[in-house]
Amino acid sequence: MPEIRVPFRGGGFRPEARRGTGIAVFLLLLFLIEWGTRTGWISNLTLPRPSDVAATLGDLARSGALWTHLLPSLSRLAVGSVLGISAGIGVGVLIGLFSYIRAGLVPLVAAIFPIPKIALLPLFVIWFGIDEGSKYALIALGTFTPTVVATYGAVDNVDRGLIRMGQSFGLGWWSIVRKIVLPGALPGILSGLRVSLAIGIILLVAAEMLGAEHGIGAYILQAGALYDLERLFAGVVILSCLGVLTSWAIGKIEKRLLVWRG
Amino acid sequence: MELAVRGLTHCYGDMVVLDDVSLHIPAGEILCVVGPSGCGKSTLLRMLGGLEQPDWGEVLQGGTPPEGCLNPLTYVFQDFALLPWRSVAGNISLVLEDHRLPGDRVRAIIEDVLARTRLSDFHDALPRQLSGGMKQRVAIARALAVNPAVMLLDEPLSALDAQTRELLMEDLVALWERQPFTGVYVTHNLAEAVRLGHRIAVLSRRPGRVREVIEVPGTLSERHAGDAGLEAIQAHLWALMRDEAVAADLELLDA
Repeated sequence: MPEIRVPFRGGGFRPEARRGTGIAVFLLLLFLIEWGTRTGWISNLTLPRPSDVAATLGDLARSGALWTHLLPSLSRLAVGSVLGISAGIGVGVLIGLFSYIRAGLVPLVAAIFPIPKIALLPLFVIWFGIDEGSKYALIALGTFTPTVVATYGAVDNVDRGLIRMGQSFGLGWWSIVRKIVLPGALPGILSGLRVSLAIGIILLVAAEMLGAEHGIGAYILQAGALYDLERLFAGVVILSCLGVLTSWAIGKIEKRLLVWRG
Repeated sequence: MELAVRGLTHCYGDMVVLDDVSLHIPAGEILCVVGPSGCGKSTLLRMLGGLEQPDWGEVLQGGTPPEGCLNPLTYVFQDFALLPWRSVAGNISLVLEDHRLPGDRVRAIIEDVLARTRLSDFHDALPRQLSGGMKQRVAIARALAVNPAVMLLDEPLSALDAQTRELLMEDLVALWERQPFTGVYVTHNLAEAVRLGHRIAVLSRRPGRVREVIEVPGTLSERHAGDAGLEAIQAHLWALMRDEAVAADLELLDA
């Protein structure tokens, strides 16, 4: 009889859900900074004390200033990204469906994509005015290009076999687009939205830094000018929360719409 | 409805895949098309249903489709081609939605085809919850829903395991017995061909030409696995194909 047990060598290389690990790392980092700033090996010029940042956030919320900054920011982000994303999805689908539009627009999108949109802000101020218009335009343009690229990639990746099936059953062109192409492209479009919205938040702050009375970006800029690290970090925390929140929201939408993926 | 293929020739670039193929598929009969891999049998099938255009030659249809036929030339695909985001019933209703049928008529058709393919209990299941054999039964139900005049089956059982294949073959025979349809059944599996074909067309390797068309005697329902007569036909088919299959296997795919 053989006696040596065959060793197991098949494990690993498979990410598994580990609940709470992310929060633990985050809390550990906060604790280290808190401890470092209290004992003095991190000078208070280098990093603010987390508890002070929290206190600043608390004050901000109590005084109502949080809302006077957050609401304009949120509405700019919402309007700008809704414009940019809906245009982006529309153009992306058209590129995916029509060869001429693809041939004409893909190089253009590739040319616009790498331009730092912030550099265009002065131009936008002339075109769309110093107030909200230029900010909407900046966020819209910034979210537009990544959405286009993600969308036409997603349309390209729709299983051609399914489209051929639709044709073989005599489905109309519009039926095929609506019932096969769009649902098939949805996963790719949604994962593109994560990137687009993150870029939207970055551009929101940039736009507000260049000319806004209220808004998270303006708040951070003022704090930076005064070297008020607590307020600066309070602003940064709000932005991070915004990022996590949008990512979470898209995750929810994906769960809702993509039940069929299991 | 009957189909005829006349002088079909097709090239992909410099490569001739089909060379002067002529076939006749009479109404109510299943023609199996067998041949070594890469002989152009799937291309031929796509041309039969108008999914691909031949370079030369033509595909002709004759006779009138049956009453209530929504899509005369209907495919069943090897990879099932079910929409993963639609339920079993949703996948079937997909092919009915463009025909402006009244809602209760659509529901009645769906119930009927699900019953005929023994899927009534899986009305709301999603494709990912189904086994391969069940998925193909959904695809067959979908094909039946449009009441086709001709069924074009592209290796419908090739993605399935042997047991499931046997069961589905019986299902297909039962469906044909109940309502004989004209069929073209492309396969590389000779056992399937002798079980389901009234006639079997053997294609040569690339460029695909019709080498021989063999009549298989006996009604479909009386054929069983291991039948001596069928085994003999299968052996004959294999003798026709063997050398070519070996040669086809040694070919470089893009050469």
